[in-house]
Amino acid sequence: MDAATLRGWLEGSAVSLHEQRDYLTQLDAAIGDADHGTNMDRGFASVVAKLEALDGSTPPGKVMVLAGSTLVSTVGGASGPLWGTALRRFGRSMGDGDTFDGAELALAFEAALDGVVELGAAQLGDKTMVDALEPAVRALRERVDGGASPEQAVSAAREAAESGMQATVPLQASKGRASYLGERSIGHQDPGATSTVFILRALEQAIAERP
Amino acid sequence: MSVATQTMKKFVNVPEDVVKESLAGLAAAHADLLRVDFENQIVVRKDAPVAGKVGLISGGGSGHEPMHGGFVGRGMLDAACPGEIFTSPVPDQMLAATKAVDGGAGVLHIVKNYTGDVMNFKLAAELADDDGIKVESVLTNDDVAVEDSLWTAGRRGVGVTVILEKIAGAKAEAGGSLAEVSAVATRVNDRGRSFGVALTSCVTPAAGSPTFEIGADEMEFGVGIHGEPGRRREKLKPVSEIVVEMTEAIVSDLAPASGAKLLAFVNGLGGTPLIELYLVYNELAKQLADRGLTASRNLVGNYITSLEMAGVSITLVELDDELTALWDAPVHTPALRWGT
Repeated sequence: MDAATLRGWLEGSAVSLHEQRDYLTQLDAAIGDADHGTNMDRGFASVVAKLEALDGSTPPGKVMVLAGSTLVSTVGGASGPLWGTALRRFGRSMGDGDTFDGAELALAFEAALDGVVELGAAQLGDKTMVDALEPAVRALRERVDGGASPEQAVSAAREAAESGMQATVPLQASKGRASYLGERSIGHQDPGATSTVFILRALEQAIAERP
Repeated sequence: MSVATQTMKKFVNVPEDVVKESLAGLAAAHADLLRVDFENQIVVRKDAPVAGKVGLISGGGSGHEPMHGGFVGRGMLDAACPGEIFTSPVPDQMLAATKAVDGGAGVLHIVKNYTGDVMNFKLAAELADDDGIKVESVLTNDDVAVEDSLWTAGRRGVGVTVILEKIAGAKAEAGGSLAEVSAVATRVNDRGRSFGVALTSCVTPAAGSPTFEIGADEMEFGVGIHGEPGRRREKLKPVSEIVVEMTEAIVSDLAPASGAKLLAFVNGLGGTPLIELYLVYNELAKQLADRGLTASRNLVGNYITSLEMAGVSITLVELDDELTALWDAPVHTPALRWGT
């Protein structure tokens, strides 16, 4: 896997988040402030624009750091700092190499998760993006350590994220804007966990379609 | 029965341009007080940076006008950072604003307690620190409708933000140091509490439909300022009964000293006419008198809004002599002006 794989991932995420913009905003309207879809769409569209201007020889780590910085500068809200930090940490973890393997991918995802948890102070069960991202990162690590291919490992990560996303429905939010609703947040799927699933689906596709 | 409680018609060209075009209007209307830096999307006091004066900046999602851009001017904010509708601005805006207003005495960041605002301002303060600018931050979290516990993101910053920006702005204008301005700001937040009620949802330009549905005979009790639903939904009651509950929630939490002098702020959320806000003020004055409290200062009007939401919030701030004098000090901004 190389920089082109990651650029395919980011471009696929942008397409998916654009298609799902209204759905994400509807989920957010139920328990938040109805801006998650628009914000993620705007941010990832800016990332794609930045990538187009980038030299084809830019290493994977640099691509991700640039993507993260772009999200911080364009998204706002909580998603901007959180996804921005996640992708920057992901990129820094990759260093300057031109290619990466499954183990390096798992390390990068662990760094990203650490960044999100550090900044957002959210834990599993708080009804946030962590509920999708953390199980995904764990599944990825387990499969990679067990000798699975990147395709198999990322598919398992995506499946774990989907289960985590569905598990947010009965939860009462304790972080972010949904927490103001108290018990009224119960019964709604978390928009941040949902966009996390779309982003992981895009990674699964980018890895499957790589040359 | 759920009914459409409001029209979706809006005076816009395209939803994506609402914030920028509104800022252009603000700049055109108030060129004597402020300028708008469109590249960085910030509103800056015309004569900034004022040498030797502590700079005050605030920011947050748009849709709460006149907050914050309407409070830029002499005796209040030096700059405001408007984000997209209901979305926190980004660190780049806050850093640009911090640089634009730093007159050498440091800069105070006034941050409402929302996860996004807190994170973005935190990143901005780190960047400003890297540039050698002294920054302090004060958080507003005055909404008693939110249970402050391990299980929430903490109380929201609402009406107290307006009062704090006026009082801290006066302290900075009077030559207060960064530590002194920050201390006064913290005192206003510590001695202020708010509670909001809504009769309708707001409609964000991007969504084009109400953020929540609400019946003709219902109200949302304990709402914020982003169209997020309140703590609970109740049957609509006479305003006298609503204000009793709001006052009780605030006063029991604030626990003012007996005979305390208060600043009573009745704020419209954007879609409630002033005639109703004065009904609310009338009931509030009675409630305070019943409790042996005095509203020695007041503010009535639409100052921290939630687009076109029909609703009202009450904020009470316990005053002392210094806070009263700072409230009375001259201010000249698009939305608040006296003494000049």
